[in-house]
Amino acid sequence: MLRGLWNLTWLEIKIFLREPLGAIGTIVVPVLLFVLLGRVAAARDAAPELAAGGVIRAGVPALVSMLIAVSAVLSLVTVISIYREGGILKRLRATPLRPATILIAHVLVKLLLTAATMAIMMAAGKRYYAVGADVPVFGFSLALLLTTWSILSIGFVIASVVPTARFAQPVGAIILYPMLAVSGLFFPLRILPDWMQAAARFNPLAYSVSLLQGTWQGDAWSAHLGDVAALVLVFAACTAVSARVFRWE
Amino acid sequence: MTTLGTGSRALRGYLPPVAASRPVQPVIRVAGVRKAYGKLVAVEDVSFDVGDGEIFGLIGPNGAGKTTTMECVEGIRRPDRGTIAVLGLDPVRDVYALQERIGVQLQQAQLQKRITVGEAVSLWSRLYRRPQADGQRLLEQLGLAEKRGAWFMTLSGGQKQRLFIALALINDPDVVFLDELTTGLDPQARRAIWELVRGIRSRGKTVVLTTHLMEEAEKLCDRVAIIEHGRIIDLGSPADLVRRHCPERSVVLSTADPAAGEALARVARVERDGARYTIHGTGDDLVTEVIHCLSEHGIRVTDFRTVLPGLEDVFLRLTGHSIRD
Repeated sequence: MLRGLWNLTWLEIKIFLREPLGAIGTIVVPVLLFVLLGRVAAARDAAPELAAGGVIRAGVPALVSMLIAVSAVLSLVTVISIYREGGILKRLRATPLRPATILIAHVLVKLLLTAATMAIMMAAGKRYYAVGADVPVFGFSLALLLTTWSILSIGFVIASVVPTARFAQPVGAIILYPMLAVSGLFFPLRILPDWMQAAARFNPLAYSVSLLQGTWQGDAWSAHLGDVAALVLVFAACTAVSARVFRWE
Repeated sequence: MTTLGTGSRALRGYLPPVAASRPVQPVIRVAGVRKAYGKLVAVEDVSFDVGDGEIFGLIGPNGAGKTTTMECVEGIRRPDRGTIAVLGLDPVRDVYALQERIGVQLQQAQLQKRITVGEAVSLWSRLYRRPQADGQRLLEQLGLAEKRGAWFMTLSGGQKQRLFIALALINDPDVVFLDELTTGLDPQARRAIWELVRGIRSRGKTVVLTTHLMEEAEKLCDRVAIIEHGRIIDLGSPADLVRRHCPERSVVLSTADPAAGEALARVARVERDGARYTIHGTGDDLVTEVIHCLSEHGIRVTDFRTVLPGLEDVFLRLTGHSIRD
């Protein structure tokens, strides 16, 4: 069933890293951003009058993770639509490869690159973020995996509707960035008017942010069952929708 | 065969064309296939058989339904109606079993920009269960051995096309599908690819190809189906089709002899343009008769050539327009 999956995944990773901005955009920039923000946060911590330092410190990992996840999804949407437009998806289908294998390979590429970025980030940011006893790295990684998986499924719905590769990036950005803006990532949702808070209940990214921030601060998973359920639901719904509307050519 | 001797050779031209060209053992059977995209009917009631070891051509202008027909047979499109069997398999139900045994080259396909030739061949070879063709040898045969490490985006049109042929042959398939394989290539590259296709057939494979180039169909195909507006309008070997629809032959010659016009008029209809005469007749004997007449009357000619109709003319006759329109 999944014959060729690993071959295709490994090849797609290599091909992606050959892109002029492939490795820099996905790995170097997020890591630099993370370290830079860490320096700022560390400097503020040094000044005792800025008590907000702690908030920033807890918020940064979630912020950076979300940005990585969203950019992975945008990249997935772009790759899928370029492959569709160039007839690459069609050519791969004219082999014993199962259609699901082709798409899972692309999801794996993004997940693996996201994981690699996070790992490097953790290593590079050690000095500024106390990763250790007080931060459940495993739990946070699991949350990030679930988040990325769920947002990637939204990406497939977007990839199904974008007309051409040229529009992939802008259409993806128009859909995802507003979702990101009212996800509680940049400011707490409770400061918003009631109707916007109500709207945010339908925003999958709000659940991602809540889960990521919570797990980083060491909340128990039992406190975030609602977030997990919402993300799983989003994944199931988006997968069902894209199974129906996805176009191969 | 030998006991029949020259008799069978003499008879060949008189055998009914359909009986002579019917495939003995069909590996592909297509019956009553229809495919529409929304309101646009791409293919309507298409039926044909392809015999084992044949080179079969679907010919017609762009947009006639050749590619749609082929993609239904390959199992990458589901026909709305009709039945298809390839190697005894149903392309919709048994699509993965079928993919194992066929090789496909798609029209205007691309690969990942930065995949190397070698990577593409080795990926493809891992997708099939059956024993494979030797990828390295295949690349050598196709003149791509030095390009192993080159990215797809750096290849020329002919090199890309040859790579796609290599990928179509990597699983040592029983049936090979080639869609517009020489479109956009220069005449030299085109001829090289024709040689390759003949080589595929000589290894016992069945080849199905589409083309809008009549020269290509005449040079390569054992049999062709002419497709127009999604329907097959006729089917047979190129020679049969020409014989059936365009039996006329002409001879063009130049002579200063004033008696020529009158003498040739007894053979067939003559058109005269100064010293140039065009003799219009039918059948294979026309040329012999003209030569005979010339020698009988001792007419000295300074130029002599025959004009034989081809598939291009057959197409024009059947559809009322040129294939390029």
